[in-house]
Amino acid sequence: MAGRAEPVSPRAGIIAALCVAAVILGALVAVILRAEGATAGLSRANWAAIRFTTLQAAASAAISVLLAIPVARALARRRFWGRRGLITLLGAPFILPVIVAVLGLLAVFGRAGWISGVLGWVGLEPIHIYGLHGVVLAHVFFNLPLATRLILQGWQDIPGEQMRLAAQLGADPGVTQRLLEWPMLRRVVPGALAIIFAICLTSFAVALTLGGGPRATTVELAIYQAFRFDFDLGQAAMLSCVQILLTGVAAIIALRVEPGGGFAAGSGIALRRWDSGGALVVQDAIAITLAALFLVLPLAAIFVDGVAGLWPLPSGLGRAVATSVSVALISTALLLGMALPMAATAAIPGRGWVEGAGLLGLAASPLVIGTGLFLIVNPVINPSTLAVPVTALVNAVMALPFALRILVPRAREMRAAHGRLALSLRMRGWPMWRHVLLPRMRPQIGFSAGLTAALSMGDLGVITLFADPQMATLPLYIFRLMGAYRMESAAGVALILLVLSVSMFWIFDRGGRRNAGA
Amino acid sequence: MLELDGVTLARGAFRLRADLSVPVGARVAVMGPSGAGKTTLVEAVAGFTDLTAGQIRWDGRDIAQDAPGDRPIAMLFQDGNLFPHLTVAQNVGLGISARLRLRAADHERIAQALARVGLAGMEARRPAELSGGQRSRAALARVLVQHRPVLLLDEPFAALGPAMRAEMLDLVRDLTQETGATLLMITHDPADARRITSEVILVADGAAQPPAATETLLDNPPPALQAYLG
Repeated sequence: MAGRAEPVSPRAGIIAALCVAAVILGALVAVILRAEGATAGLSRANWAAIRFTTLQAAASAAISVLLAIPVARALARRRFWGRRGLITLLGAPFILPVIVAVLGLLAVFGRAGWISGVLGWVGLEPIHIYGLHGVVLAHVFFNLPLATRLILQGWQDIPGEQMRLAAQLGADPGVTQRLLEWPMLRRVVPGALAIIFAICLTSFAVALTLGGGPRATTVELAIYQAFRFDFDLGQAAMLSCVQILLTGVAAIIALRVEPGGGFAAGSGIALRRWDSGGALVVQDAIAITLAALFLVLPLAAIFVDGVAGLWPLPSGLGRAVATSVSVALISTALLLGMALPMAATAAIPGRGWVEGAGLLGLAASPLVIGTGLFLIVNPVINPSTLAVPVTALVNAVMALPFALRILVPRAREMRAAHGRLALSLRMRGWPMWRHVLLPRMRPQIGFSAGLTAALSMGDLGVITLFADPQMATLPLYIFRLMGAYRMESAAGVALILLVLSVSMFWIFDRGGRRNAGA
Repeated sequence: MLELDGVTLARGAFRLRADLSVPVGARVAVMGPSGAGKTTLVEAVAGFTDLTAGQIRWDGRDIAQDAPGDRPIAMLFQDGNLFPHLTVAQNVGLGISARLRLRAADHERIAQALARVGLAGMEARRPAELSGGQRSRAALARVLVQHRPVLLLDEPFAALGPAMRAEMLDLVRDLTQETGATLLMITHDPADARRITSEVILVADGAAQPPAATETLLDNPPPALQAYLG
């Protein structure tokens, strides 16, 4: 029992975990206290928002997963040129700013978009993208790739030996499905559904741009409207309580059905399929082509429209770029300051709860935390002066669960591999960080810093509550251009934002992996 | 003298008692069946396992509460004795300063230690560029500059071939002879014990026996050791 001696003292990690918990729980308490003061119950509009939120989340989850199954199966059993590129592309929506994707989707599926244009030639009505189907379309765009990756993982986890055995027994595709694939899907699909449902519940930027109106308002968007249009803090607080309840229930469900192991470990024989000739080839080709087009076309549209809209640059763009870059960098610094000590502490047996404190960010939504922080600082100081630090902080807290997922396993490996040697050499605290943990965890640190910077760069959330009309981050700036119907300029700035987000991610991730020692 | 006085180690249902002493400069093998607690015993001496009862004394002073790095002990583990991202010189230098603040005189000492173990001029290499035997030598060079009076080996040479292992054991014998360090070495192989140790601590049936002369013990093994040796 090495309880008393650790190369990294758990103190810093515990303090960081308590700070994170204090920010999140403090915001929640502020919201709940304020909501108690609100006299009116839930209005009809509020009930409509709750119904719409759950409806769009359920529809988004179901459609994403349903479409992901054939795509994942095709990717699992085919080897083709560009397969790895496509799988990498499936990870891209994670760092793609929502507002940029929305502009891309509008350019393809919008009223004046490419598809409506084609429909116009053959004399059909253009598509209407605003409202429920627009919101669901955007959510499917973001979550189809996620669902595909989760399910593809499931397929790849089927041990190669079992596939070989099925082929040896002369199983045709139907039998293979019943024997191996259905059990895998039964295990993986509920988890994927729950995760995507939970993600879509807190949807704000998509609903802000593609939803709106009494029939397409999410709870998150209603919080913003109570804030921005009515400045009714009591109403905002009450809606926040509703949102806490929704996300809390969804988080509990998601944790319950999280796909566990189940398949016997295989010896890593490459997955080769013997059941995939004939008509299946056509079916797989169609699935892969459609999925690739669905992902690539909006991205292509961003480039085409963006380049066209780059000139003339709208005024105030430079300031927005500077604000966004500072928010992203501060957010990344805050994240590393919290995540590194927390990861090192969570790696110690019996201290796993520290990672749990970091996961609290998943249970609260950004606008709820934003509302809470607004309620806390509002009596003391004009909240708009704190727009940058608060946005950076909330973004860091939101990125924390992902960063910990990346950092904690590596920190565990480091403790197991080097902990005793370091202790016997009297390396503790800073020498341990400087000579062992920072250099050995650099790829993971770079990756999580890159994710945080990109997420923060593209975030359109809390900033909408705190910013005054004079200041804006790039996503908010684009949103305002859209509101003024300056779509060409919006597309141009969206391209700039996309390039900046991807560069931020690339620089950090690359910096982490360059010359990384063994 | 290294004294284990009324030491009890307990972990779940497992219990191990040790009441013994090892004279300064002795080379002692720790032998016994798998799972008997050889590693637990050595880790307790090194400070990685807490005592349930008793004292561990060095030079008459109880060291059982000291952190591992504060004990008069250098230890080599079964694996992971070098940091893979640091150079050989840095790995050895950690034995002098955990912060790697090394002065010219320290670099001189590192070079001498490397020369002594047969790695002259390999300062800038990384562990991945060394053979298994060379890695063991580099770890021993660090033990040399650490300058601790007790050396614990938890089978660090187990992955080496027989000839290389014999070579390493001879080097350990020579180094401990030169520095006067006390050696406690876990081993499975009676030949290893005969090669460089004069005494054996037998760990079996929940107790660590006081050191007994290697030749006598291995020539006439008691039943527990007999069953293990086969």
